[in-house]
Amino acid sequence: MSALRALGRALRGAGRFLRRDKKALVGSIILFVLLMIAIFPNLFTPDNPAAEIYTPGAGLSWAHPLGTTSFGQDVFSQLMAGTRQSVFIALIVGLLSTVLSVVIGITAAYSGGVVDDVLSLFTDVVLVIPTFPLIIVITSYVKSASFWLMVAVLVFTGWSYGARQLRVQALSLRNRDYLLAAKARGESTWYIVAVELIPPMTSLIVANFLGAALYAILAASGLQFVGLGNINTQSWGTMLYWAQNNEALATGLPLWALAPGVAIAVLGSAFALLNYAFDEVANPALRPVAGVARRRRRPRARPVKVGVSDATLSEVSA
Amino acid sequence: MRYLVRRVGFLLVSLWAALTVNFLIPRLMPGNPAEAMMAKFHGHVNPSALKALEVAFGVNTHESLAAAYVAYINNTLHGNLGISTSYFPLPVRTVILRALPWSLGLVGVATVLGFIIGTAIGAIVAWRRGGVMDAVVPPTFIVISAFPYFWVGLLFIWLFALTLNWFPLLGGYSETVTPTLTWSFVGDILMHAVLPAFTILITSIGGWILTMRNNMITVIAEDYVKMARAKGLKERRILWHYAGRNALLPNLTGFAMSLGFVISGAILVEYVFNYPGVGFMLLQAVQSEDYPLMQSLFLLITMAVLLAIFLSDIATAILDPRTRSST
Repeated sequence: MSALRALGRALRGAGRFLRRDKKALVGSIILFVLLMIAIFPNLFTPDNPAAEIYTPGAGLSWAHPLGTTSFGQDVFSQLMAGTRQSVFIALIVGLLSTVLSVVIGITAAYSGGVVDDVLSLFTDVVLVIPTFPLIIVITSYVKSASFWLMVAVLVFTGWSYGARQLRVQALSLRNRDYLLAAKARGESTWYIVAVELIPPMTSLIVANFLGAALYAILAASGLQFVGLGNINTQSWGTMLYWAQNNEALATGLPLWALAPGVAIAVLGSAFALLNYAFDEVANPALRPVAGVARRRRRPRARPVKVGVSDATLSEVSA
Repeated sequence: MRYLVRRVGFLLVSLWAALTVNFLIPRLMPGNPAEAMMAKFHGHVNPSALKALEVAFGVNTHESLAAAYVAYINNTLHGNLGISTSYFPLPVRTVILRALPWSLGLVGVATVLGFIIGTAIGAIVAWRRGGVMDAVVPPTFIVISAFPYFWVGLLFIWLFALTLNWFPLLGGYSETVTPTLTWSFVGDILMHAVLPAFTILITSIGGWILTMRNNMITVIAEDYVKMARAKGLKERRILWHYAGRNALLPNLTGFAMSLGFVISGAILVEYVFNYPGVGFMLLQAVQSEDYPLMQSLFLLITMAVLLAIFLSDIATAILDPRTRSST
């Protein structure tokens, strides 16, 4: 029962967050729609995306809302079918690199001493080596990178920024009284890290997941665009590869090349908007100040409520 | 002083890490494709050059990994990077030196300009907090920063080169113009640089704006800014000399950390525009399986980024007396 109640509380909290923050609301809606397309692509795909059965290079029409490719494939169907790989790569890489960031960042901060020195140096070195050239070199030896190889390479190159941020925040929490109290009670390290240390860091961890997912979709589509992914699978990046190799822009088929880019940008914007909203949760100083300005202008008409807002009250009671 | 020593130490460690990664990658990959490449060389290259290539890629070597590693480091430090297969028989060094000025000119200038303009906009937006600019600029650039660099390049090509015909389509300069030091040639180069430079500028600027805005918001709340206001200093002086200068410090660190990301995007921008720089050459080397050229370019790009990070560390030390005097 208490688990159900906690879930209800979390959902109510999320609902309040979305109502208050338009950036988060827009980002969540985009992400939800793309996730639906990624999970059930057949509901949204009118035609077989690979079938070369239509008039090559056809313009816009009701049958082909985005025209056809120079091979006679339906661009809209390709776009829908490509959603799955692009969205999944972003989410999986985001998730795995966040796990790696949390493990390395918190281990460094919590252990301190030599462990911290070594892990921090390692994090910084991985951080400064430019990742994209490195990924290019690695994948070029494999010729066409499979889905999971790409995930592995992107995770390996994408965790360091988050680990660095999480380490700094964990360091600042390390000597707080409630952590020292937990230690004095004789709690195990696992308990302290999982129950006392990680929960206050949730918003930063979520922000890191979103940043890593954004990095993943941009890097993955860049790789696929230059032909280093598996060019025979359906994804937005490989669409761009085929469009570029057949000079879609110069041959009057700009939508073939521009549509997948818009799709990448829409997914990326969803991550970026949510990331920005979570930044504001993590750092209250960044929250919009429009309300403050209004209050200053009309001090008498609406007396300033000294004390706590509804949101903070419910947070306290929760 | 201690700060400087630490930064030099970090530069050396990261350089060593890059060298080592570069050494290990061909050896860790299943079925070394460099072997096929080496076969092409037999009989065409003098034995000592062949030997150097074998050391670099771990082909036909009966010596231990450690010995190969020492020889590889030695070769690289002496600038002995091997021979390019796609530009055969030119040495890799010569080929790279041709592409380097193009990238330094385009990517270097665009990146630094983006940082300066973005930082200035971020400072102003934060100063006018809650104003119209603050409501419009950050969300706009959040969205723009989510666009793939290369796709913005494609869009510009389609819009400004193909549809409007304002700028040339591809390359670093027109094939019809003879490369001499005349005004018309310089103008031709600049016209070719406009679209790729704008692509890099527009996609990289958002990050600097957002981080600078967030830093400024924290700094503006500080007591010394209130003090400056109380003293009746001019707004502009407080903005740039009090708040801006201090908010810039974390942004410089951010510059160092995001530089690799910007350079990565710039590689694809060069590729889209067929710009004759290092990034385009890297992708061409991948496509023509020119492994010596590819690996040397990876090293070069990495070194450039590491040096730029080092320079921004030095700039931090100059701007922030605390780093100089701290223990």
